Amino acid sequence: MDLRTEYLGLALPHPLVAGAGPLADDLDGIRRLEDAGAAAIVLRSLFEEQITREQMSEYDNLSRHEESFVEATSYFPTPDAFALGPFEYLNHLRRAKDAVAIPVIASLNGATPGGWIEFARLMAEAGADALELNLYRLATDPETSSVDIERQAVETVRQVKQAVTIPVAVKLSPFYTAFAHLARELDRAGADGLVLFNRFYQPDIDTEELAATRTLHLSDSSELRLRLHWLAILSGRVRASLAATGGVHTALDVVKATMAGAHAAQMVSALLRHGPAHLRTVLVDLAAWLEEHEWHSLSQMRGNMSLFKVPDPDAYERANYMLMLQGWRG
Amino acid sequence: MTSHTITVDGNEAAASVAHRVSDVIAIYPITPSSAMGELADEWSNQGRRNLWGNVPDVVEMQSEAGAAGAVHGALQAGALATTFTASQGLLLMIPNMFKIAGELTPFTMHVAARTVATHALSIFGDHSDVMACRTTGFAMLSAASVQEAHDFAAIAHAATLDSRIPFLHFFDGFRTSHEVSKIEALTDDDLRALLSEDQVAAHRSRGLTPDRPVLRGTAQNPDTFFQAREAANLFYRACPDIVEQLMVRFAALTGRRYRLFEYAGHPDAERVIVIMGSGAETVHETIDYLAARGDKVGVLKVHLYRPFSIAAFLRELPRSVRAIAVMDRTKEPGALGEPLYQDVVTALAEARTDGTSSFAAEPIVVGGRYGLSSKEFTPAMVKAVFDTLAEARPKNHFTVGIMDDVTHTSLAYDDTFETEAADVTTALFYGLGADGTVGANKNSIKIIGEETDRFVQGYFVYDSKKAGATTVSHLRTSPRPIRSAYLISKARFVACHQFEFLERVEILEHAAAGAVFLLNAPYPADEVWARLPREVQVQIIDKRIRFYTIDAAAVARETGMGGRINTIMQTCFFAISGVLPREEAIAQIKHAIEKTYSKRGAEVVRRNFEAVDATLAQLHEVPVPSDATATHFRPPLVSALAPEFVQRMTAVLLAGKGDLLPVSAFPVDGTWPVGTARWEKRNLALEIPVWDAGICIQCNQCVLVCPHAAIRAKVYDPGPLGASLAGAPPTFKSVAYKGLDFTARAYTIQVAPEDCTGCNLCVNVCPAKDRTNPRHKAIDMHPQAPLRDAERDNYAFFLALPDTPRVDLVKVDHKTSQFLEPLFEYSGACAGCGETPYIKLLTQLFGDRALVANATGCSSIYGGNLPTTPFTTNHDGRGPAWSNSLFEDNAEFGLGMRLGVDSHTRAARALVEDLAGPIGERLTGELLAANQSTEAGIAAQRERVRALRQVLASLAGPDARRLEALADYLVKKSIWLVGGDGWAYDIGYGGLDHVLAGQRDVNVLVLDTEVYSNTGGQQSKATPLGAVAKFASAGKTAAKKDLGLLANMYGHVYVARVAFGAKMSQTVQAFLEAEAYPGPSLIIAYSHCIAHGYDMANGATQQKLAVDSGVWPLYRFDPRRTARGEPPMHLDYGPPKPLVAEYMRNESRFRVVERSDPARFKGFLKASQEAARQRYAMYQQLAGITLPQPEKTTDDQSSGREPEGKE
Repeated sequence: MDLRTEYLGLALPHPLVAGAGPLADDLDGIRRLEDAGAAAIVLRSLFEEQITREQMSEYDNLSRHEESFVEATSYFPTPDAFALGPFEYLNHLRRAKDAVAIPVIASLNGATPGGWIEFARLMAEAGADALELNLYRLATDPETSSVDIERQAVETVRQVKQAVTIPVAVKLSPFYTAFAHLARELDRAGADGLVLFNRFYQPDIDTEELAATRTLHLSDSSELRLRLHWLAILSGRVRASLAATGGVHTALDVVKATMAGAHAAQMVSALLRHGPAHLRTVLVDLAAWLEEHEWHSLSQMRGNMSLFKVPDPDAYERANYMLMLQGWRG
Repeated sequence: MTSHTITVDGNEAAASVAHRVSDVIAIYPITPSSAMGELADEWSNQGRRNLWGNVPDVVEMQSEAGAAGAVHGALQAGALATTFTASQGLLLMIPNMFKIAGELTPFTMHVAARTVATHALSIFGDHSDVMACRTTGFAMLSAASVQEAHDFAAIAHAATLDSRIPFLHFFDGFRTSHEVSKIEALTDDDLRALLSEDQVAAHRSRGLTPDRPVLRGTAQNPDTFFQAREAANLFYRACPDIVEQLMVRFAALTGRRYRLFEYAGHPDAERVIVIMGSGAETVHETIDYLAARGDKVGVLKVHLYRPFSIAAFLRELPRSVRAIAVMDRTKEPGALGEPLYQDVVTALAEARTDGTSSFAAEPIVVGGRYGLSSKEFTPAMVKAVFDTLAEARPKNHFTVGIMDDVTHTSLAYDDTFETEAADVTTALFYGLGADGTVGANKNSIKIIGEETDRFVQGYFVYDSKKAGATTVSHLRTSPRPIRSAYLISKARFVACHQFEFLERVEILEHAAAGAVFLLNAPYPADEVWARLPREVQVQIIDKRIRFYTIDAAAVARETGMGGRINTIMQTCFFAISGVLPREEAIAQIKHAIEKTYSKRGAEVVRRNFEAVDATLAQLHEVPVPSDATATHFRPPLVSALAPEFVQRMTAVLLAGKGDLLPVSAFPVDGTWPVGTARWEKRNLALEIPVWDAGICIQCNQCVLVCPHAAIRAKVYDPGPLGASLAGAPPTFKSVAYKGLDFTARAYTIQVAPEDCTGCNLCVNVCPAKDRTNPRHKAIDMHPQAPLRDAERDNYAFFLALPDTPRVDLVKVDHKTSQFLEPLFEYSGACAGCGETPYIKLLTQLFGDRALVANATGCSSIYGGNLPTTPFTTNHDGRGPAWSNSLFEDNAEFGLGMRLGVDSHTRAARALVEDLAGPIGERLTGELLAANQSTEAGIAAQRERVRALRQVLASLAGPDARRLEALADYLVKKSIWLVGGDGWAYDIGYGGLDHVLAGQRDVNVLVLDTEVYSNTGGQQSKATPLGAVAKFASAGKTAAKKDLGLLANMYGHVYVARVAFGAKMSQTVQAFLEAEAYPGPSLIIAYSHCIAHGYDMANGATQQKLAVDSGVWPLYRFDPRRTARGEPPMHLDYGPPKPLVAEYMRNESRFRVVERSDPARFKGFLKASQEAARQRYAMYQQLAGITLPQPEKTTDDQSSGREPEGKE
């Protein structure tokens, strides 16, 4: 069965990519993902905050007490003795590249132009085959408008594209006022791929300690629908290749994503739940399903259920919403 | 000849040579030499190689004695070895120095000469340490400047190889070791040309090897020792010529010509000063000035002090000389004169005897002392020395630089006399430690040094506080080499980087007429003038000063620089000083930023660049009106209520005018009054805690954690209808006390607004949240300025409320202990210090009857560094008696206190028995049998002693008088041996082990910061696995020494490991048990520290993580439990949780390893987790062990072992 696809200009034997997650945090995990047949691996994100905050707090922690007491002009060996900055990420990337033959995609999470962008270049230099730029941002400041946010997102992509020659995918959240417009602008700014969608680690409340707590729950296939919806809307409208992430658990999920227009399907939660070997299962199931349904190749079906091609486009547009609600009442 | 200039300080100048010509470098940190060892370690870590292509092996030892032993061994094995030290460290090396010299071993050590502690410790510079080494047989070569420290290091290393005499190369601590100067650097080729390969080979061939065995270190008898000692004479005789020849070769290589003794001045000088060290440069500068006026004066600089060559000395001294002043930077009480003076007198006398004297008339020779402990030595003082030499009978054994109104040794001098040339630019910068002023100025000096033809000099003065220290940077640039080894007194540029300084420092005192003044002020430019105190306005007008201002904090805020204003102020300096063209200067600043910070990350560089760019638009010149307009004046430094001593002494020291105090003002033996810190109001905190009584649960945790005793709790009787609160200031808060231990009492938490450092520890530990707004706690931080006046009144009122009587506490625990008055307050410790809460607790629990022996280190500095003293007394006048002996001997010192006190107690008890008749049977019995295990018991005994005194007053006879003097020793005294991990784990371990092995009742408190905190974070044996520290820059590979377990193994030592941030109740319990235990006790206390690399506000949280993860165990090992049939070991923590990674990642000392080498970090992490698990398993087993009971015999009346020495 021909499962081949092209994602971010990378020719992949099939669309199953190990998405950004903890499985790729060590070389052992990375090898296991390759053994399970992953077409590519996305490393976990390095965050803008991680870079700038850590640099600045390190700078502050280490320099605040320097040159202020007569007996000690410093309290640490000079930084020449140890490289500062999230260089462990780059080292990990380098080692990951050495460890496996499949493409390794580095991930950078940031939404505002800044000093952290140099890490895009460093990641490329460290051998990343592509970059996944995660534009995750919470617009908590009422003074910041959607226009500002989108402009900064586009500008960030533009700067990252200027910094590197490797392909750049942009991972997005669904919470934009005019998502299709933004997607087009990002496409114009040079994004080589769009990854739909980010998942959020939403805070919970500890009612005893009166504190907000961070929780992490894994996705299931029901989350895929939001992705299918927007993949279908964007498919054929942007130059960038598309990836589904969040809710890809089964071969059928991959089929649906492809039909909606995805060039790649990223898996994280399913692999965390069932182990990396689950990827192989999905792959085998996928081939079997295609076989069974007499598809010759995966690319045949890509985008066949997009907004342009779907027999009933209302399902993707406002009319659907109306019908659904009314149908429920009825 | 090549010329390559570098801008470095004296330490780096010397170390850069030493590192290149050594195979083995053994070191131990001691101020001001620590930087030499640190640099050597850093260079070796970077893989820098020596002349023979090898990376020198740098090893940190447990003490200077250890370092000396290690180099001795390396030398005997044929390696080229060096070490760096100062002061007490040098003294510890003396035994090995005798051996090294006695064995004619080529070896050079580099010493940043520092005062030896006498009546007080001093970290500053003089020659008392090197002078103590005169008898070791070492050659002594003195460098007077940074250039010479570089050059003489090379000459010493070459000369020792050629002569086989070991060399002590020294330069003045701080003045030279820390002065940044532009010098010509020696290349590797220069060094190769200087060092004889043949002699290197010869040295190596003399090394001990089993392939050609010989024996050294024999023991010799009366028949042989003396002759053998004389057998080395020829080598000493040859040494001066060897050095002279090397100096000639050195000149050929570099163009810099030195001599053993170097004369400068008028060729027919009649008055000559003989001097060595940096003071020689000041004399030289003065002579250039005086000789230009035609004065027949000169200076003879001593370079090779030992072996002293009379011939070379006489050769250099002009025949015309009539009067000589020999200047010693040391004091030798009881001697005929100081060492150099005696040498010169002897040299002239021998010349006379030998008939080699060629002076027209025998010169008069006088000796004088100057510059002890870095006391300033200025051209004005040099002039005074020449003036006395011009007198018919010059003053002998004089002092200069002080006013001796007791024995009248001092020379008067005219401090308006100056020699500075008009083309020398001078700049003074007043900064706060944390604002980065010194770092920026070091940067500026390098920029000017490297980008212009001018010579540069930077010297930096710090005050003795760790939190909120004031720094003063002295920068000079000149078209000629700068010889001014003294502070700037007339600056053409003055910058004040903190507006508040104007209230307490005379910032413009040293501004020259027409100077430029730059002020960082949190006000718009058009408002600044009106904000200046009147004194400052008057000075600006009178001195016709040009006045510029910037709101640097605003620029820093806007550019994301936080509190760092260094690059902003540096940009202003270059913009208005005109040292460099503005554009070029800014380019250079950016270049320097990139160089300094690129390793810290691109964001750091970007924000610094942005700060530079944003600066110029905010820099404004302020028009100066013709008249002063301000109506406000600088406030007095101490309150008018302060005692006479504080007004007379402390206030003068606080004003920075200590130099003006005459000899008569001082105690003759270093004894100093306690409780003076309370009069210094530092107002460091921008924000202070504010108490919300409504939601407070009255747990007192905020009080316990406060490092500066600046937040306090009282429970008190409000009186009928709140009468006690009558007259309370309007904002004073008081609520009903909630505890069951007191009824109908009031409760107040009060902040000392002017003593708080704003560290936030109290806020972070506060467990009481407002349920409707959990961000608001019972303690929140609010801006200090608007609260200052009201809270000052509240605090005064609070202090006047009665303290809770100690006997009223039903039980003492972590809460109630905080009602006890702290007798350690407002120290100069760092904001958020993790050590001082333990010391404060000690004083709350036992302070009124404690003697404290304090090892040198952070705790001795914040505990006893002038100008103020934080240990204080209670209302009865009782409080901790505190002293510091040395670093290495503190356990022994404390034991000695115990022995002394016990001796007094024994004598007092014997006298009570002898005088039982007149004292009365009942009182005698009660005095001798008193149970003093509780506060009530102690109070009762104090009452009895009072009664005893009344009886004694009516008794005649010597016994009654003796008992009167000793009666207080009938009350139990608590002896505490306090110090850091450097002391307890390393340098003092031998003594500590010995004291623990004995059974005397001493309590040891180890403030374990896991590094040498005071000297700047060098690793100790307490440094944990995986932590980066100096000398362990890739992360320590060995596990932390388990000091507690070692002590446990004695079986009779009470041992506790505590961490107040993790479990306050256990900490307090451990202190109480340790004190009550009638034998040696050891408390090892987790002390978070700035050297761990995180915000100290989170100190308590990190302590908790350390304990929960099992990294830091909590336990109490109490031998008394053995007698009760229980296991002596009691664990106070649970099985380790998987939190080691979180603990380690929160601290830069671990985190930087992860950044640079994640695999290595992972290894450390795994090993730490494993160690935590294993440790817990082992401790758990220990905690399950009960020991067999001692079998009782009919002779044995006691239920358990009574430690010796206990009454």
